Amino acid sequence: FFQYCLSGHPTLPCNVLKFKSTTIMLDCGLDMTSTLNFLPLPLVQSPRLSKLPGWVLKDGSTFLDKELKECSGHVFVDSVPEFCLPETELLDLSTVDVILISNYHCMMALPYITEYTGFTGTVYATEPTVQIGRLLMEELVNSIERVPKAQSASMWKNKEVQRLLPAPLKDAVEVSMWRKCYTMPEVNAALSKIQLVGYSQKIELFGAVQVTPLSSGYALGSSNWIIQSHYEKVSYVSGSSLLTTHPQPMDQASLKNSDVLILTGLTQIPTANPDGMVGEFCSNLAMTVRNGGNVLVPCYPSGVIYDLLECLYQYIDSAGLSTVPFYFISPVANSSLEFSQIFAEWLCHNKQTKVYLPEPPFPHAELIQTNKLKHYPSIHGDFSNDFKQPCVVFTGHPSLRFGDVVHFMELWGKSSLNTVIFTEPDFSYLDALAPYQPLAMKCVYCPIDTRLNFIQVSKLLKEVQPLHVVCPEQYTQPPPTQSHRTDLMIDCQPPPMSYRRAEVLTLPYKRRYEKIEIMPELADSLVPLEIKPGISLATVSAVLHTKDNKHVLQLPPKPPQPPTSKKRKRVSDDVPECKPLKSLLSGSIPVDQFVQTLEKHGFSDVKVEDTAKGHIVLLQEAETLIQIEEDSTHIICDNDEPLRVKLRDLVLKFLQKF
Amino acid sequence: MPSECSLLLPRVCAALADPRQSGSDDTCLEKLLDWFRVLTRLDPTVSLLQDNPCLTDFIAAVLALPEPSLSILSFTLRLAGMLAASEHRFQHLQQEQLLVRLFGREGPLNSALWEDASVRSGWVAGVHSMMQHQPALHFLCNGGGIDVVFALQGDPSLFVASAASQLLVHMLTLSVESETTKPLSTVDCDWPACAQMIIKHIEDSLQSSSASHVEHSLKLLTNLFGSCCTPWTKVLWFSIAKHLESFLTEETVQAQHKLANLLLKMAWSPVFSEADSRFWALVTSALECFTPVQAGPLAVGVLRLYKCPQDVRMQALTVLLQPMDCILRAASQPLEYAGLLDESVSDPTTVESLLSSKSSCAGLLCQTLAHLEQLLSLIHLPVDLPYVSLLRSLMAILQFCNGSLSPASPLGNTISRILINCFRVQKSALDVLAALSERKGCDALIENLFDILLAYLESPNTSPTVLKKAFQATSKWLVCLQELSCSNSQWQQTVKILEAVFLVLQKRLCSPCWEVRDSSLEFLTVLIKYLRDQDEFRQCLLSSEVPRLTEDLLEDPESYVRASAVTAVGHLAFITYFSPEPPVMGNQYNKENTIAKLQEILSTDSEGFPRRAVISIFTKWLRQGCTGQLEDTEQFVSRVIQIVENDLDWEVRLGGLELVQVFCNQTVCQLGLPKCPYAPVPSAVTSSGHQNQSLQIFCRAKLFGFLFHSLCDCDKPLGQRACDILIGLRSHFYPTSTLKASQAVEESPAGHSVAWLQRTLRQGALAQNFPIDGGDGMDFQDPESMMLALGTIDFEDLHSELNRCSDHVEKSPQSLLQDIIATVGTTEENEADCY
Repeated sequence: FFQYCLSGHPTLPCNVLKFKSTTIMLDCGLDMTSTLNFLPLPLVQSPRLSKLPGWVLKDGSTFLDKELKECSGHVFVDSVPEFCLPETELLDLSTVDVILISNYHCMMALPYITEYTGFTGTVYATEPTVQIGRLLMEELVNSIERVPKAQSASMWKNKEVQRLLPAPLKDAVEVSMWRKCYTMPEVNAALSKIQLVGYSQKIELFGAVQVTPLSSGYALGSSNWIIQSHYEKVSYVSGSSLLTTHPQPMDQASLKNSDVLILTGLTQIPTANPDGMVGEFCSNLAMTVRNGGNVLVPCYPSGVIYDLLECLYQYIDSAGLSTVPFYFISPVANSSLEFSQIFAEWLCHNKQTKVYLPEPPFPHAELIQTNKLKHYPSIHGDFSNDFKQPCVVFTGHPSLRFGDVVHFMELWGKSSLNTVIFTEPDFSYLDALAPYQPLAMKCVYCPIDTRLNFIQVSKLLKEVQPLHVVCPEQYTQPPPTQSHRTDLMIDCQPPPMSYRRAEVLTLPYKRRYEKIEIMPELADSLVPLEIKPGISLATVSAVLHTKDNKHVLQLPPKPPQPPTSKKRKRVSDDVPECKPLKSLLSGSIPVDQFVQTLEKHGFSDVKVEDTAKGHIVLLQEAETLIQIEEDSTHIICDNDEPLRVKLRDLVLKFLQKF
Repeated sequence: MPSECSLLLPRVCAALADPRQSGSDDTCLEKLLDWFRVLTRLDPTVSLLQDNPCLTDFIAAVLALPEPSLSILSFTLRLAGMLAASEHRFQHLQQEQLLVRLFGREGPLNSALWEDASVRSGWVAGVHSMMQHQPALHFLCNGGGIDVVFALQGDPSLFVASAASQLLVHMLTLSVESETTKPLSTVDCDWPACAQMIIKHIEDSLQSSSASHVEHSLKLLTNLFGSCCTPWTKVLWFSIAKHLESFLTEETVQAQHKLANLLLKMAWSPVFSEADSRFWALVTSALECFTPVQAGPLAVGVLRLYKCPQDVRMQALTVLLQPMDCILRAASQPLEYAGLLDESVSDPTTVESLLSSKSSCAGLLCQTLAHLEQLLSLIHLPVDLPYVSLLRSLMAILQFCNGSLSPASPLGNTISRILINCFRVQKSALDVLAALSERKGCDALIENLFDILLAYLESPNTSPTVLKKAFQATSKWLVCLQELSCSNSQWQQTVKILEAVFLVLQKRLCSPCWEVRDSSLEFLTVLIKYLRDQDEFRQCLLSSEVPRLTEDLLEDPESYVRASAVTAVGHLAFITYFSPEPPVMGNQYNKENTIAKLQEILSTDSEGFPRRAVISIFTKWLRQGCTGQLEDTEQFVSRVIQIVENDLDWEVRLGGLELVQVFCNQTVCQLGLPKCPYAPVPSAVTSSGHQNQSLQIFCRAKLFGFLFHSLCDCDKPLGQRACDILIGLRSHFYPTSTLKASQAVEESPAGHSVAWLQRTLRQGALAQNFPIDGGDGMDFQDPESMMLALGTIDFEDLHSELNRCSDHVEKSPQSLLQDIIATVGTTEENEADCY
């Protein structure tokens, strides 16, 4: 078993597993942190951003001043933002048979894989994953395409040039793998390769492997995957949650008895308890609004936003915020809010029961009905007419580099009454804010990451007891900023095997068995012989027939009829020749009795020597050695065939034949 | 015994002894026993039995029953014991052979009924009641009953076992104190026979290999030393000392907890002085040998003692501080801090291993912290604790718990892993921290300490209960900080800390969790209470958003929060509106608005807590003279009375009466009449003029209607309080009190209605629809009528009537006996119905 690790990002994984004869890609996450090196794409002409000075090298060279701009003491690339793709050179991606997607955040690189690598296989994902994944991709494409940039920057990526740049550009890794965003046709083409699956559905891959998605409790339709054959089981855990939020709870029991458990997608903020963070979010929101300020929440259009709206639904009346408008702005806002209400079977039990009442499972329906929550595709159009302050705006993108959020940052950044609350844990909030400095607006960091923390992982591993754990290297040591927190790493026995980007791992498991079926007629013909109480053996002569990775023992063909014609046989008709069977021997040779027998047969000078593996019986006169070991017996004599045969027969007397 | 009861008693006895009357009411039987307990105490003579032969007949009848009910048998045993408590009656019952049949071998003791715990319990209780004289003592010891008591120490019912142990203590004390002729000495201890038996039993049990026997004896001794402090107990100690000492050397007996309890009781007994070296040596070795968890309670008990040898105290201190010392060493670099203990006297291995284990770490720390808090809460500590090191250690614990400490040692790493997010330890540590604030000498650490406290207050990971404790500790240390900055003028540091506190408070006031909002408001109230005179505090508070957010919370959906917001706003008013130099505030801070808002809560809030909070704040304002001039105050009080008099919550109405009382006192004082009748009266004022004026004020404020109405309130405390106030007012208006003759009153113009009032008040709570605005021409705002009413109505009589329990009629023994007979009657009737 091999694992090719194409991504180094622990929560945006992309691994390829060679399991038996199949090649399976597990997730294809897209690392978007690269966008933080780019200037924001303003929706409305921003005098501040358009007048930024070009960056000049220390020696006065200005050849990069079109590509790089200086802003608030940092240098940013002035071009369309680019994303860091998974490794494409580590193995030929056209050989990938299937791609298994665990949740909508982990499929954002899919078009790059399916449309650029010669991939011809199938992608498996649940329906909500596909639908919401489509929304995320659509929002991404839309946000970038609606602010066309004339230029693209590539000179700075030259290794010699990059070395001269200031940090963090100087330290940016894998810049050669950075690509522009895909297009909608590519998205559609990629999504058309997806086959929908349901939880616990068993999918056969070429007869060799069976894959099954299990609920992972993290997001609508999010899954962990079981990849198993008859004697091997690999569990792939990616983005799971044990908290009771909106999705169906995590299925832990099915992960038991795994030989290998690949563990990715743990919480990115292990020290922040999501409940506490939601409280913090609400407190800061209320405080800002009561002071007459506006609140900006950069977020994805699906996921935690549903839970936040639910909390606010319960909180706004008690906090006296019922008159404050909540705006959700995204090209896919409407679809996201509506989709969430129709995936009833993928929701937690409480929400499922609501559907039968019938009531909408999420309370944001009521917020919309009572006009407390309004949603718009963009800041243009209706929104500008309805816009009232103070208000709360949920909009993307959390990186603050594109999307409607850029406009609100420019609009509200100058007033200390306003607050931006970061809830998505994917981006460093300080890096996200860098091009907006100096900023008067208050910034609050309330990352809400419901994925497993290390205490939960430790309990999970105790519960499911895999033989081996494989995880990203980040999980095997405390976070670099908190080196004393040894509680913030995976602690299991045997210690986990770690991987990093562009590494190929040999999974610590060897195949020992293969399942072979015996045809009933063949089974009937067997005559077992009991060699020990409870153990019977039989010799089998059969033809092993292998097709679609299934192995069957069939009756051997009848002895070939003597050729009736002299026609040349075709190679394909060639059946294996069935040689007559030699009987098999079993048992052990008791040395003392053997020596007595030898003496009875006239060998008088028998000497026995003990060796590490057994005994050597020496017939000195005949210059002959009989080497008796556990699994072999050798008679070594010089050209005396009658003697050898005699001795052989004496040996055989002690053994059983069948 | 009252004659009417004597008449009823035979029927009661017959009913109880009637086997057909199964399932007598246990409460009735208990009440009957209570009554007999009083009767037997009042009269030790035999006449109770002679005058009421039904009692002995009853006992005999129950004994004659082939299958008496368990509750009746248990009752009979206890009753007989009570009756036999006097020597005369004991003899009488003995003559009748009743005691032997009840408590002797032939009694229930050897029957199947003994299987029931209630019978055994009745037996022990009966014997205990009886055990007041020597004959009883001999009766039990000679009849073999004492062996039964010994055996009952191990009874499966804990109540019976404990009662048996108490009985043995009682018997031992009785025997020694009533049967010794010369003082006992250690050299020649000639114990009386019964005491001898018990002591031998104790000694035998202490040497027994059975852990339960050892435990029983230790428990018995603990009870004895806890209740008896006479010198002979020291003689007893000499006979058992060697056994106790052996427990520390032999590891076979696991009785450390019980032994620690015993030693603690002995240490507290005045019989043992500092000079008793053998005893203190035993305590010292117990402190050394026991595990830290076992030794902890003993150590803290010893440290609370004033009379205690210094070396024992040091050993106890070592036990108590060792976990804290280990924490400090594990948290800091070697040689960074001195630690709490001298390394030469303490061997930290055991404590270290307990602290490195997940199962014992939090438990040991919580126990140690609870003991420290217990010690620190004493005003005078008999021992000096190393406060600075203790504070350092506490800070380390709190930092371990929130993961902010990067430990320098492997032990620190292990402890850190165990303690992160451990709420139990966080709460205990914060409690000790709060208690430590009252001790001096920790000034140098105060800045670091606030860093830690603020981290707790700010962190979203802090649980609401931990946050509450963090608020409590912060408020205490803020008071310290304020005192400190007064002495060393470090205002800047104080202001910086206060600003940070208000910033976090602002956020907490907006928390979605109501417990957090509530404890934030309580914290604010405490701060204002203690710091409102400090300029820096007032400035920081008023320049923050806290006052406005607090006023917003008056409309919180949670009633507890509204109540706390009312209290906080009430206290805030001392700074904003009632301050001699009110700060320049925005429009939103308006005194009238706030008062109107609070009055609105008082009249419309659907929950009781906020309304109670408002009335108590109004009383506080009034008491502190914040409600303005007399005229304004009169109007204010009048308005409040009108709101509260119909409140459904009696505590709100009671609060209203308190407000009235304060108002009355203040009015009388303000008008120049001192409350104290002996204080000199300024010559310029004439008493009658002021009386007139104050009476008019009270009438205008509609006080009397409220007060007289409250006299008839169905909730008694209100009637009592109103009566107190009216008695006070009468003594003011009639300094030389003489009641006016009712006859004379009837003839006066207002007399008719006062007579009506008198009649109504006599009905008390049964008075229907008490008309506040006057009934039968009664005008509660008419000064003349009120003056007359005050002079006429016998408030003392009313007061004693109100002080009697409402069930005083039903509680009489006669009523009890009638009840029992009535129950029997119904059963008979039911029986008849069956036929």
